[in-house]
Amino acid sequence: MKVLVNGRERELTDGSSLAKVVRAARGDELGRGVAVAVDGEVVPRAQWSEVTLGGGERIEVLAATQGG
Amino acid sequence: MDDPLIIGGESFTSRLIMGTGGAASLDSLENALIATGAEMATVALRRIDPGAHGSLVEVLERRGCRILPNTAGCFTAHDAVTTARLAREAFETNWIKLEVIGDERTLLPDPVELIDAAETLVDDNFVVLAYTNDDPVLARRLADAGCAAVMPLGSPIGSGMGIRNPYNIAIMVERASAPIVLDAGIGTASDAALAMELGCDAVLVASAVTRAQEPAAMGEAMKKAVEAGRLARRAGRIPRRLYAEASTTFEGLPDLSG
Repeated sequence: MKVLVNGRERELTDGSSLAKVVRAARGDELGRGVAVAVDGEVVPRAQWSEVTLGGGERIEVLAATQGG
Repeated sequence: MDDPLIIGGESFTSRLIMGTGGAASLDSLENALIATGAEMATVALRRIDPGAHGSLVEVLERRGCRILPNTAGCFTAHDAVTTARLAREAFETNWIKLEVIGDERTLLPDPVELIDAAETLVDDNFVVLAYTNDDPVLARRLADAGCAAVMPLGSPIGSGMGIRNPYNIAIMVERASAPIVLDAGIGTASDAALAMELGCDAVLVASAVTRAQEPAAMGEAMKKAVEAGRLARRAGRIPRRLYAEASTTFEGLPDLSG
């Protein structure tokens, strides 16, 4: 199945969790300073491993950057 | 100084808030932070860059800076509210610097969307520091909506044009029921001093420090300017007058005619 992660298409095995996507995008442990939205809705950190993706989702994995 | 800045029930010794945008590197930013003595600094949320070197959050925590996430880049109340909620997840803080931009070229705030977002976020228990136009009526509306601080621009973000309407800032200060933090447009130390002389409670600087040729030196200059401006405000300046007021008495002036 395919999902969009930060605007790029990614191929995932069926039934992948959101946590797996976040881990892949981040490149290391799921730490502080990262936030995730799926189809424009905030998904709290505690739910990342519980959310199973069905394909076609638009996932944003965000982190702190300089600004303001 | 002996009077701390109070925002959202929190007390700060420094009245200079640092915006982290524009720094050439995290090292440069950290040195500037040290020089400013800032106890609070803004961060933005963007798509994660797995190849990024170092951690902005770690730098701020190492320097004892409270993280103030912002909603920079949002053009609607909806996007700003969602970004604030994402920031709350990421940084475990309900503090937010609310920015809702109405125009790409000027980066001026959109007052209608701003008020809408501020009301929603206050209802959702956020501590809202609202970036706003230099409009005293809008400032009052934001304070009435429950914003913890109102942050008027001196001039457009990154313009370095200083405070273009000091009279409006003075009116805001006079009527404020929330702290007033001069937010954008500071170009150099005298602008920060003027903000404090006008009675602002604090100043936020980003580009003026991070993009200066010597960011740490400018950071120190800003720190001193904010302190000097605050002192001058409290000291009570003399009134402006059109004609001279002799500081030396004419009494006892000798007759030296030949």
